[in-house]
Amino acid sequence: MDIFKNRRFVILGIFASFFIVYAFNLFYIQIMDESYTALANQNVIRNVTVYPNRGLIYDRNGTLIVENDATYEIFVIPKQLKTIDTALFCQLLDIEPQFFKDQLTKARGYSSYVPSSFLKNISVEQYATFQEHLYMFPGFYGDIRLVRKYPQSSAAHVLGYTGEIGQKQLELQPYYASGDYMGISGLESTYEPFLRGHKGSKLILVDKFNREQGSFKDGLYDTAAISGHNLTVTLDIELQAYAERLMQNKRGCVVAIEPSTGEILVMVSSPSYDPNLLTGRQRGNNYAKLQKDTLRPLFNRAISGGAYPPGSTFKSLMALMALQEGSLQPNDVYPCFGGYRLGSHTVGCHAHGPLKNLSSAIQHSCNAYFCYVFKNVIDQSKFETTDDALAKWDSYLYSFGLGNKLGVDIPGEHSGHVPTPEYYNKIYDKGRWKSSTIISLAIGQGELGLTPLQMANMTCAIANRGYYYTPHFLKRIEADTTNYLERYTQKHQTKVEQRYFDEVVEGLHQTVEQGTGRIAQLPGYEVCGKTGTVENPHGKDHSAFITFAPKVDPKIVVLVFVENSGFGSAFAAPIASLVMEKYLNDTIADKRLYLEKRMIETDLINPKVLSSNETP
Amino acid sequence: MRRRSLWADMDWLSVLLYALLVTVGWVSIYAADFDGVRTSMFDLTTSHGKQVLWVSVSLVLAILLVILDNKFYTTFAYFIYGVVMIMLIMIFFIGTEVKGNKSWFVLGGFSIQPSEFAKFATALAVAKFLSSQGTNMKYWSTRLIAGAIILLPMALIVYQGDAGSALVFLSFVLVLYRDGLSSWVLVGGGGFIAISLLSLIVDEKMYLVVGIVLFTAAVIYFVRKHLRIAILVSGIAIMSIGYIYLVSYFFSKLKPHQKDRIEVVLGKLEDKKGAGYNLDQSKIAIGSGGFSGKGFLNGTQTKGNFVPEQTTDFIFCTVGEEHGFIGTMIVLGLFMALLARIIFISERQRSKFTRLYGYGVASIIFFHVTINVGMTIGLVPVIGIPLPFLSYGGSSILSFTILLFILLKLDSDRLAVLR
Ligand SMILES: [Zn+2]
Repeated sequence: MDIFKNRRFVILGIFASFFIVYAFNLFYIQIMDESYTALANQNVIRNVTVYPNRGLIYDRNGTLIVENDATYEIFVIPKQLKTIDTALFCQLLDIEPQFFKDQLTKARGYSSYVPSSFLKNISVEQYATFQEHLYMFPGFYGDIRLVRKYPQSSAAHVLGYTGEIGQKQLELQPYYASGDYMGISGLESTYEPFLRGHKGSKLILVDKFNREQGSFKDGLYDTAAISGHNLTVTLDIELQAYAERLMQNKRGCVVAIEPSTGEILVMVSSPSYDPNLLTGRQRGNNYAKLQKDTLRPLFNRAISGGAYPPGSTFKSLMALMALQEGSLQPNDVYPCFGGYRLGSHTVGCHAHGPLKNLSSAIQHSCNAYFCYVFKNVIDQSKFETTDDALAKWDSYLYSFGLGNKLGVDIPGEHSGHVPTPEYYNKIYDKGRWKSSTIISLAIGQGELGLTPLQMANMTCAIANRGYYYTPHFLKRIEADTTNYLERYTQKHQTKVEQRYFDEVVEGLHQTVEQGTGRIAQLPGYEVCGKTGTVENPHGKDHSAFITFAPKVDPKIVVLVFVENSGFGSAFAAPIASLVMEKYLNDTIADKRLYLEKRMIETDLINPKVLSSNETP
Repeated sequence: MRRRSLWADMDWLSVLLYALLVTVGWVSIYAADFDGVRTSMFDLTTSHGKQVLWVSVSLVLAILLVILDNKFYTTFAYFIYGVVMIMLIMIFFIGTEVKGNKSWFVLGGFSIQPSEFAKFATALAVAKFLSSQGTNMKYWSTRLIAGAIILLPMALIVYQGDAGSALVFLSFVLVLYRDGLSSWVLVGGGGFIAISLLSLIVDEKMYLVVGIVLFTAAVIYFVRKHLRIAILVSGIAIMSIGYIYLVSYFFSKLKPHQKDRIEVVLGKLEDKKGAGYNLDQSKIAIGSGGFSGKGFLNGTQTKGNFVPEQTTDFIFCTVGEEHGFIGTMIVLGLFMALLARIIFISERQRSKFTRLYGYGVASIIFFHVTINVGMTIGLVPVIGIPLPFLSYGGSSILSFTILLFILLKLDSDRLAVLR
C-alpha cells in the first residue's frame, strides 16, 4: 500500500553517511593528526592586552608636563604553576613570602585559567634581573605597563591623577577591564576619552619552559594599541611653579586667567603635593597619608573651596549694578562717620580720607558708601517687594558667573552660594526681612559664597568691561574637539553695559596707585586691583587680592586668597603682584626681590615663635 | 479500542536518549562556563544555571504536551502555524536586534527567538497538509502548496537576517521525499548544491559555462535519438548557467562576515581574521582532545575564551576537548540512535499525519547536528545554529523539546486512534 515505505532506508542511509564521514574526520583530527595537540599543549596561547601610550600633556609654551614611564607588571596563571623556588622568587621581586602566598590565593580565587595581576610597578632594572630567571617560574609572566610621570612636579590639582578603575566604573564602562588605569581626577579625568587611546590585544605562543615563542600565526589575530591623543593646556607651568613656591607653607590659592580668552594660566591650591607621589608602587601609602593630612592637600581650594565670602573685592560689582540700575551716579557721595548705622544694624568702617566720588569710595574701600549703594538698589520704588529686588540683584550676580558652576574642565567644581529670596524667606519668614537685614551683602560678607575661580572670573568680566569666557584649561587636543572647545569660545555678556565700567576700573586703578593696594604697583604698567579682608569667625581673617593689568587691554587677571593671614595687603597683594610681574616681565625687578624672598619664606601654617633676642 | 494509562505507551527509549543528550549538554555548558571559580550549579547568573531553569521549564512543557488531547495537534496544526507566522511578521516591528539579527523578543531578562518555534509549527503544518484528503505528491498543486508552507517561514527568517536558521527548512525536502517526491529532486538537489559550490569556488564563471556546454553536448550526442531527453538536458544546462550567475549575484549581497565564513570553508580565503580564528580555535580544541580527552573541567582551549560562543554554537568543542574521541563518538552515537528511533517510530504509525510529522522531526534534528558539528570541525561554513539539546539557550532547548514530545505524544496514542 505504501509504495514509498522503502525510502526510509534511503533517508537512514543519508543520515548514516554523514555521521560516518564526521566520525572519520573526528578520528583523523583527534587521533591521527598530532598537530592540534601540539598547538594546544606544547604551546600555550596567551592572550595579552596591549596597553596604548596615554596621551602626553604640554603647557601653553610647549613644555612637557605629563609623560609616561615604563614599569612592569607580573601576572600569574594559576593553572600553569609548577613547584618553584619561592625564596628566590621573593628575593628577586623584593616581596615577603606571606605576600606571595596571599597573592596566589587571591589569583586562584579569581580564576585558574585567566591571568591575574600578581605584582605591579616593578622598575625596568628590577624586571631585567627577574626576566633572566623567568624560565624557572612557569605560570608567571611580565608585561610592560605605563604609569604617569610629572617632570615638573607641579600643578597636581589641575592635572589630577590616574589610578586603577573602581568596581562601580567597571560596571558602567564596558571598555575597561579590571586592573586598567583611568584618569580619576583633574584633567586626567575630564579628557580620559582622548588621553587613554585604545587598547589592543595580542596572542603570544609560550612553550612549556615559559619562554615566549613569538606571536600566534604571525600576529594575524592581534590588534594594535592606538596611542592616546596629546593634550595642550592653557597653564603656564613655569608661572604655576613660581606661584606654588610663593604659596608654600600657606593655606589658600592663586588663580591667574588671560581675560581676553578665559584661559587659565595658573591654578594653585596650597598646600599642594608632588603629583609623582600618586604614581608607582608607593601610590597607595602616599594617598592614604595625603588623605589623612588635616591641611587637606588633596582638596582643590580654588574650585571646591565653596563658600568664601568675597569681602571688599565684591564692592566693584556692587557699584556696577547700581550704575546700571541708575540708582547710583558716578559723582554721588554718601556720608561715612566711621560706619553705617540703620536701626539695630551697624556696619563699621575704617579711618580714611574724604570721599569725592565713586572712584574714591572704591579706592578707600568705604563700607558705609557701599551700604548706601546696596540699600538704594534694593529699595528702589520700582520693586514691589524686597523679594523682587533681591531677585534682580541676584540676576546681576548670575550674569557675572556667580552662584552657579562655571563649567571649568576639571571635576569637583562648587557652585558657590548666592542667597535667593526663598533662602531668606526660610530664615526670616516671608516679608520679615528687608535691605537692612541683609546689609552685609553690600560689602561681600554674610550669606554670600564664591569660589576663588568665580572671584577671578568676575574680575575678568570687569577687566573686559562686561563679558567673560568660561575659564578653562583646554587649549588643543590632537583630535576632533569642536564640541569641547566650543563651550569655551562663547562670550558670556554680563548685565552691565560697557559704559559703566570706566568709573569702577578707575577706582581699582587708584586703589593700586594710592590706596590699599600700593604694594602691587609695577613700573611701566597701569595696574588695577582691590584688596579684600574676609572676616573669619574661626580665627585670623583671610586676605584676598584681585588684580589685572594693564588697565587698557588687560593681559592677565590674578586672584590670590590666603587663609588666616590678616589684611589683604599683607600677603595676598604681594603674591598676586609677583605672579603678575613674573608673567608680564618674565623676571622680578631687583628692588622687589626682598618681597619675593619674604613671601617664599613666610610660614603661616607653622608660624615660628620669635624669641625676644631675635627681633627683626 | 484499548484504553491504557497515558504513560504506558510512551516510547521510553526516546525519552532516555533525550535525557542523556540534555545531561551531556548541561555538563558541557558547566565545563565551558567554568573559569576556575566554582559557582553554585543553579546560579541564575551563569549559563549553566539558566540552562537548569530552561530544562525544567521544558520538562513541565513536555508533560503538558503529553497530557493534551491528541486531537489538539491535528486540529490546531494550521492555527499554530498561523500564530508563529504572525509572530515572525510582528518581529519586524517590535523585535530586538541581537548580533545583527532582528529576530528576538525580549521579555524581562530572557530573549525568545520565534524562528525556533517556526520549526515544529512548519512540521505540523506540512504533516497536516500532506495527510489531508486529495493530496498527492504526483500533483503539481500538492508540491506547490507544500513548498509554499515551507518557504514562507524561510523567507521571513531570511528577511530578519538569520540565514542560518532559514536553511534548516531545506531539510523538509526529506519529508516530501518520503511522501513520494521524485528521487530526481534529491539527485537534482545534490547537483544543485554541487553547482552552487562550484560557482562560489570558481572565480572565472566562463570556465564553468564552457564545461557545462561541453558536458551537455556530449550527453546530447549520446541521447541524440531521444529528442525529449535531449531537450530536457539542454534546458537543465541553460538553467544551470543562469543559476551560476544568480548565485554569485546573491553572494555579493551577503554581509561581509557571512562571505568570509563561506570563503574560509571553501578554502578560498586562507585564515581571514575572525572567521578563520573561530575555526582554528574550534579545531584545535577538538583536535587536542585526543582519544579520551583532557578530563572534565580540564580543557584549556575552551576556557580562557579562545573558542567563541563556547556554550552555545560551539558546545561540541567542549565535548571534544574534555572527553576526546570517545566523547564525540558517544554524542554522535546518541544522535544517530535518536534519529533511527524516530524513523522507527514514524514507520510504525497507522496515521500518515504522525508519520510525516516524525520525518519532519528527524530531518530538523539531522540538519542541525550536521551543520553544527560540521562547522566545529571545519567541514561546513560557520552558520550560527545550535546543537539540539546540548547548546545553551532557552529558545533552542524549548523548541527541540516541543518538537520531540509532540511526536512522542502522538506515538503513545498510535494504538488508540487512526487519524
Ligand atoms: Zn568709610
